[in-house]
Amino acid sequence: MIWNEHKECMSREQMRELQGKRLHKLVDILYHNVPFYRKKLQDADISPDDILSIDDIVKLPFTTKQDLRDNYPFGLQACPQSEIIRIHASTGTTGNPTIVGYTRKDISIWSECMARALTSFGITKEDRVSVAYGYGLFTGGLGAHYGVENLGASVIPASTGSTEKHVKLIKDLGITGIACTPSYALYLTETMNKLGITKDDISLRVGAFGAEPWTDNMRHEIENNLGIKAYNIYGLSEIMGPSVSYECECQHGSHINEDHFYPEIIDPETLKPLPYGQQGELVFTTLTKEGMPLLRYRTRDLSILYDGQCECGRTNVRMGRIMGRSDDMLIIRGINVFPSQIESVLLSIPECAPHYQLIVDRVNNLDVLTVQVEMRQEYFVSGFDTLTPITTLENKLKDKLKSVLSISAKVQIKAPNTLTRSEGKSKLIIDNRKIE
Amino acid sequence: MTVHQLSVFLENKSGTLVKVLKLLKEANIQLIASTIADTAEYGICRIICSEPTCAYEILKNAGIAVSLADVFAIQLDDVPGRAADAIEIFSREGISIAYLYSFLLKGKGVLIFRTDNYEKAKEAITLNNLNFIAEKDLSKLL
Repeated sequence: MIWNEHKECMSREQMRELQGKRLHKLVDILYHNVPFYRKKLQDADISPDDILSIDDIVKLPFTTKQDLRDNYPFGLQACPQSEIIRIHASTGTTGNPTIVGYTRKDISIWSECMARALTSFGITKEDRVSVAYGYGLFTGGLGAHYGVENLGASVIPASTGSTEKHVKLIKDLGITGIACTPSYALYLTETMNKLGITKDDISLRVGAFGAEPWTDNMRHEIENNLGIKAYNIYGLSEIMGPSVSYECECQHGSHINEDHFYPEIIDPETLKPLPYGQQGELVFTTLTKEGMPLLRYRTRDLSILYDGQCECGRTNVRMGRIMGRSDDMLIIRGINVFPSQIESVLLSIPECAPHYQLIVDRVNNLDVLTVQVEMRQEYFVSGFDTLTPITTLENKLKDKLKSVLSISAKVQIKAPNTLTRSEGKSKLIIDNRKIE
Repeated sequence: MTVHQLSVFLENKSGTLVKVLKLLKEANIQLIASTIADTAEYGICRIICSEPTCAYEILKNAGIAVSLADVFAIQLDDVPGRAADAIEIFSREGISIAYLYSFLLKGKGVLIFRTDNYEKAKEAITLNNLNFIAEKDLSKLL
């Protein structure tokens, strides 16, 4: 099923023409309304009239997460404050979160993109869909919620937590669709097992899963456990939230809502665009956004773009599975975690040495982050000889990490000079989840 | 009135204890008693040895998390019930014991314990004529 055939099945020429027009208009708005972009464009000696077709996009400067941080909170806003009707915030690295404001039109387009995705998954107004992404500052919950309403299906705003109650509702209300992270879907099946509820007791038939990388094995496990068809949905808060791209029944990559989000793949080292079929860093330009439009935003997600009409009839470009990151960000239970955030916590505690290691495991289908940190030798020498101060230190670290990362982490205190010293940052992280 | 005890922070993995003991062996330091308090991830090894100050410097310079603590060492006759009698005294006086262990030295039992109420414990030992071992006497007993 296709929600908006005109836009999702447009001829390539028409799409490129539309993208070109929208890009020109966007650059014009940014040049005249956002001092940050005007300066960037002036430095590159580009005026809005130099951007006439979508091919001209390669002339434009990139935008990075650092630019968002530097312009915290509203420096990249392109419209008057009175036009903003919602503000989301995502996890910050060291201090400031990323703030994204949406206008009425932005929310409307987001709901449109979300409805396209849900329709592609076979969801109709006859369905009852529970949204079990976190509701709040995170874009997952409200983004999916508005999409389900726009489509006309019934939304059950379950959010995360209270999983036993959620299982009861799935069973008693005859809920047919679910939107959540893949790991939460697996957690849900465990809760069902605990309650003695099987897939035959429920009416779920379809799931929209995103916000974290997942594998085909996880897909099969979720499909078998819940008796559903599982689809991927991709998004990031800087660009919009969930529904930047979505799978169709063919599941040969995720279709990008290209009339709103223009995708490129670049070499993260040289920043040169790469052709279709080659792996590199995903870059998006928000062609129609009003609140906080971004030019060539570097997502740091590694993927591949595929062109060519899909068997489902859609003509828009597809992206492959996220194969990793070109930075050291970790996604843990759907939440973005930067090692620098953890480092800042450790450095703020005098008993800790600046030597640490992060270990990520998947235990019972839930991500578990363990922070190992060396204690300073001087700290121990200063005269205590029982285990109490060490457990106190562990608890203090746990509390601080929880408040900074908004997820809980396990803490292991290590003896001085026991952790491997390494040159590269990546060696500090041991990810045992095997997402590949 | 107390003896020096080494407290060494150790991770629960093979090789960590050996490293500490080898360093003491190389310096010809003799172990008199030792015990380990452990959790799943780490433990504290407590050691009574000859030349504790020297041992402390050696371990510290080797980068090991070590501290020197003052603990009480009470000598008891080797007959049933002596430990109970001693502990009862401390209990009666409201002196709480952080940790305790014991060993035999030349046919006599020795109780090692640590308390945060140092002065009160000293008082109780003196008043009850308990036979304590002082640091300077410890090596003579070897």
